Amino acid sequence: MFPFSFEWAWDMAHYVFLGGMWYAIGIISAGLSYCIGKALLDTVAGKGHDHGGDHH
Amino acid sequence: MDSALLPKGVKRCSFPQFSIGILIVGAVLLWGVYAMLLCWFKGLNQTGMNDSYGFALWIWADLAVIALGGGAFFTGLLKYIIGKDELKNIINFAVVIGFICYSSALLILAIDVGQPLRSWFIFWHVNVHSMLAEVAFCLSIYFSVLAIEFVPLLLENRKLDEVPFFHNLAHNMHEVMAVFAATGAFLSCFHQGSLGGVAGVLFGRPFAFREHLLVWPWTFFLFTWSAAAYGPCFTILLTKITEGITRKKLVKDNVVDLLAKISGWMIASYMVAKLIDTWYWATVTAPSRGLTFMQFYSDGNGLYTLWIIVAELVVGGILPALILTNKTLRANKSMLLLAVILACIGVCINRWVMVLQVMAHPVLPFEEWFAYMPSWQEVATTILPVAYGVILASLAYRYLPVFPQERELNPVNG
Amino acid sequence: MNKTHNTQKAKKYGMVIDLDKCTGCGACMVACMAENNVPFKKDETNKLDSITWMHLYKLTNGKAFPETEICYLPRPCMHCEGAHGHPPCVSVCPATATDYDHGTGIVSQIYTRCFGCRYCMGACPYHARYFNWWDPVWPEGMKEYLSPNVSPRMRGVVEKCSFCFHRYQLAMDKAYHEGRKELEEHEYQSSCTQACPAGAITFGDLNNPDHQVHKIARPDNEHGGKPSATNVFRLLERLGTNPKVYYMSSREWVRRLGDNYLPHEKTGEIALGKQKGHH
Ligand code: SF4
Ligand code: SF4
Repeated sequence: MFPFSFEWAWDMAHYVFLGGMWYAIGIISAGLSYCIGKALLDTVAGKGHDHGGDHH
Repeated sequence: MDSALLPKGVKRCSFPQFSIGILIVGAVLLWGVYAMLLCWFKGLNQTGMNDSYGFALWIWADLAVIALGGGAFFTGLLKYIIGKDELKNIINFAVVIGFICYSSALLILAIDVGQPLRSWFIFWHVNVHSMLAEVAFCLSIYFSVLAIEFVPLLLENRKLDEVPFFHNLAHNMHEVMAVFAATGAFLSCFHQGSLGGVAGVLFGRPFAFREHLLVWPWTFFLFTWSAAAYGPCFTILLTKITEGITRKKLVKDNVVDLLAKISGWMIASYMVAKLIDTWYWATVTAPSRGLTFMQFYSDGNGLYTLWIIVAELVVGGILPALILTNKTLRANKSMLLLAVILACIGVCINRWVMVLQVMAHPVLPFEEWFAYMPSWQEVATTILPVAYGVILASLAYRYLPVFPQERELNPVNG
Repeated sequence: MNKTHNTQKAKKYGMVIDLDKCTGCGACMVACMAENNVPFKKDETNKLDSITWMHLYKLTNGKAFPETEICYLPRPCMHCEGAHGHPPCVSVCPATATDYDHGTGIVSQIYTRCFGCRYCMGACPYHARYFNWWDPVWPEGMKEYLSPNVSPRMRGVVEKCSFCFHRYQLAMDKAYHEGRKELEEHEYQSSCTQACPAGAITFGDLNNPDHQVHKIARPDNEHGGKPSATNVFRLLERLGTNPKVYYMSSREWVRRLGDNYLPHEKTGEIALGKQKGHH
């Protein structure tokens, strides 16, 4: 998983496999951070205090 | 008692009634937990597995729940990426089912390995050529996606929604859900596929081995396809069961019909591919290894004979495909129910043979078919996720707005 | 997956087992158990969950008396080479707990790395891999007799024949001290080879034309090591596992039981199992 494990090799298989993995993890964490960050800002801005409680 | 937590404008059974139901299922759950602890503390000698049957009931259960849970990613793909907007009325439930299925799969895997505490080696010391490594990576990352898809629904609980931060978070997550859904679909394609690859790469096992396309055997593509095809059937089946238990209509017919139709065509196209695959395997791949088709279906114990392939391909494949692709037939309630039940059985048989028949078939010419009987501990730990699923689904239904159309379909007086 | 090949010429240790000589006495199995600290149970009746790195199969020609014939077939791990050092079991292991050593051709098993998923067992068509369903329990006092050169295994991991790799390491250490880089044929021999009273097992470097194994089996390295000597065969040749254990028998029915044949196919005359696709 990391270059310091002994079975690591700098080859195509590792680039593709772990590249895909870090890419997916990257997108998910970026998306999540965005949501949480924006929710914090929104809350500070006073949004969401009075709502119908229904959004789809 | 818990009325403050219930969604607005819907009717739920009384709290004591609900608790009794949960307690009954909880007893089953405890039985499973006991068996799980036995396996963890005493080791896998608690199972019916042996050196010829290293993969058995649990791996099947894993493959089966993941195939059935495929409804979550495929419905998500249809709703968020392809834009079938009606499906928003069933997507929540599909996500809940997916979440249950995948958490169950991870739990079963954690019981199944001989040294659970070393499970992290699969990540740390990953062998990128292994299909199982691909499964483990995509499965765990996709599980986090499912959790993310579940969170907004959770936050829509009446009490939680009153907290401004949670309300905003749910709102924002809804807005970018397409990104998560797309990532989920990407990951799902790979782990569903690599679960198929697990069997297909075994070139020492002629029953499982399939020719390759790029680095993946055919089973890779067949598994992804079948999960997308059959998963929605499971979503429909559970919706119908929930409607039966709650004695309410929860999803409008046009939504179910759309999902059933797509599923039907997916199953039909999958069956074409699967039949070609089976034919090629039986006439080219297997004979090149000195084996005839009938040798794979001549189990002296009677389990792996022709009936199983007929059950998988005809009863669990062609038949549901015919019903679901036909407008009049699928409009008929009993026919629809029959079709989704058969489809779920069909995909489960497929996963079964791709794990257990592979092990049962003797490859060395001087060996006999291997037999396997699961121990009660294995059965209990396989039922454990079912009990857990029932409890989680009941909680979700009771406290969360899982079915957006429920209020409209079941107006509460006053 | 260390791909660095040795600077010396790569070895390919293997075996030839003469099935006409094997009497089925089981000395190889016993020697193997003792050499490698293989655990056993009080009750070993269930052969499907007991560990035998070297396993004896009993083959029969299936005919009625007086034509009945019996043949015993000792089966260690075949140390398959697969297509290019990809045995069935190695590429499937998700945690790199088993590896193909290009320097010796030996398939290793790292007990402390294996987490017991048993995928490799499903992948091996020879049933050469065994799972530790129990923690090993040694009879009173027996711990003292365990070999210090082989680590005992714990519950929940897979183990298999290592071609007595520790003997290779010891022999290499000795050679190194003596300023040599190469081993003599007799310096590295597996325990079962030495224990066999009938002399049915021959062990050595298949790449070395001076070694007995090479002379007997005459492996055709251009064609995946297929034996070119008559009466020599490998188990399940056509699957493309490319095993390094060769068998020989003058009896046709024995050789025919070594592989799967369609009814019209002649024994030994098969196109090599295709090695498509797996990476
Ligand atoms: S005999 Fe089995 S365990 Fe040994 S190398 Fe071949 S596949 Fe692997
Ligand atoms: S059981 Fe051990 S050696 Fe075998 S595939 Fe799993 S982790 Fe690898």
